[in-house]
Amino acid sequence: MTDERQESRPPVRTTGRWVAIGVIVAAVAAVFGYVGGWLAPERLTPKRIVDELQSTGGEHPGFRRNHAKGICVTGRFESNGALAAFSTARLFAPGNTPFVGRLAIPGGNPYAPDGSIPIRSFALRFDLADGEQWRTGMNAMPVFPVTTPKAFYDLTVATHPDPATGKPDPEKAKAFFGAHPETGPFLAWIKSAKPSASYATETYRSINAFYLRDAGGQRRAVRWQVVPEQGPEGDGGAAAGDADFLAADLMKRLGQGPLRWHLQMIFADPGDPVDDATKVWPDGRKLVDAGTVVVDAAEAQAAGPCRDVNYDPMILPRGIEPSDDPLLPARSSTYADSFLRRTSEEAHVPGTAHPKEARP
Amino acid sequence: MSRPETFHWFARLLHWLMAAMIVSMLFIGAGMVTSVESKHTWLLAIHKPLGISIFVLALIRLGFRLTHPAPPLPDDMPLWQKLAAHASHWLFYVLMIGLPLVGWGMLSAGNFPVTLGGGLRLPPILPFDPLLYAWLREAHRYLAWLFFLTYLAHMGAALMHGLIRRDGVLQAMTGRRAQ
Repeated sequence: MTDERQESRPPVRTTGRWVAIGVIVAAVAAVFGYVGGWLAPERLTPKRIVDELQSTGGEHPGFRRNHAKGICVTGRFESNGALAAFSTARLFAPGNTPFVGRLAIPGGNPYAPDGSIPIRSFALRFDLADGEQWRTGMNAMPVFPVTTPKAFYDLTVATHPDPATGKPDPEKAKAFFGAHPETGPFLAWIKSAKPSASYATETYRSINAFYLRDAGGQRRAVRWQVVPEQGPEGDGGAAAGDADFLAADLMKRLGQGPLRWHLQMIFADPGDPVDDATKVWPDGRKLVDAGTVVVDAAEAQAAGPCRDVNYDPMILPRGIEPSDDPLLPARSSTYADSFLRRTSEEAHVPGTAHPKEARP
Repeated sequence: MSRPETFHWFARLLHWLMAAMIVSMLFIGAGMVTSVESKHTWLLAIHKPLGISIFVLALIRLGFRLTHPAPPLPDDMPLWQKLAAHASHWLFYVLMIGLPLVGWGMLSAGNFPVTLGGGLRLPPILPFDPLLYAWLREAHRYLAWLFFLTYLAHMGAALMHGLIRRDGVLQAMTGRRAQ
């Protein structure tokens, strides 16, 4: 057999074939390089978005790259069963589901004064009895400023503090908002928004739309919100000069008893936008109160159970499904990037910055 | 001849089926972690069940390989090439089995549900440990790189056997008998 093979070999004219092999291997490597983004530097990647957030908020190893300042809360969702007809998710059947949550303020600086921004956020991870999870990150604002991840990135760049002044360049911001009329509803809201003195008195909204799927297979577009039972009464407001009044207020309130929010599902009417987080749905939409989110304890995030939770809004149980809102996959991929950065820093993976700061 | 000229048809079937799956998987993985659009969602939805499928097929393939000897390499192949061929083949087995396990373990350590679509969910294989998550996530990345580079070398070597040496090694897997 060996001899036959020897005879069948061609006279040595192999240069062209070697070149062909090299071209094929190089071509496959190049396609891989393109798909993986290394040969496509213009592509908007999770890394670019998180790098931009990080450069705005400063380097704070071990912390989230956005909503860096926050506090862990724990409690349970007490379902009244009213939503069970609309979603097969187990937590909507009557009964209790525990959660690990986090109240926070936006921005990448874990030491930012609470009064520096009029937005608060509430993230929840519900741990369903059958091992499924529902994670949601909600914000106390009616709409998101922009529709797409690209516009979000451009917004972050346009409002990036100028190193010389420490403030965003008003001309750049103006140019951005001028080119993005979809920011109108957000700008109108934030003009009159005031930083609240308490996490407990805010209404937090999913802002992005999702679908509920019922046992019959029918799906319905929804947004959700958690609406506080507790009012602002008895709260003297923020003490002047106190940068951390939100955590103090939360602990004080929890010392007097649990805090409660109603989880409400708002159902879209036909024609309501389900893929555009910059647009509110008109009042009067069908609303179902699914039960009560009860927070009965809080602890600092440094050693709290929410620290190493990625509140990826695409982690959903059966019975809740994502919409086509383009912000959702971007939230998922960038949260994953941020989560890997901070856990790698905690794990002292080579090449990462070590967490060295005391965590507030 | 006590040993076969070509691989068993079942080994060839597994090879080409898994080649398509694994190459797709490498590209899907590279694409999904660098995208923020809706393709991030559907690539991720393919990545997990495809990875588990590769894992299961790799176990079947390993069992088959251990019980069915491969055709011998040509006698006139330089020793270093023979060693490289054997080492890379066993490296492939390590990666075909190890990379899905690292992915499964990484999601487990991060306390992420390991969903495969259609309501299917795998149990966690590791306890919640965010530091372990970070190490496994990085290992998943670098092992995938190693997999891709090994695949490039394997493809280059196969083409070298088929186009330059024309020694029947490539035909042993394509199934056409060497003349």
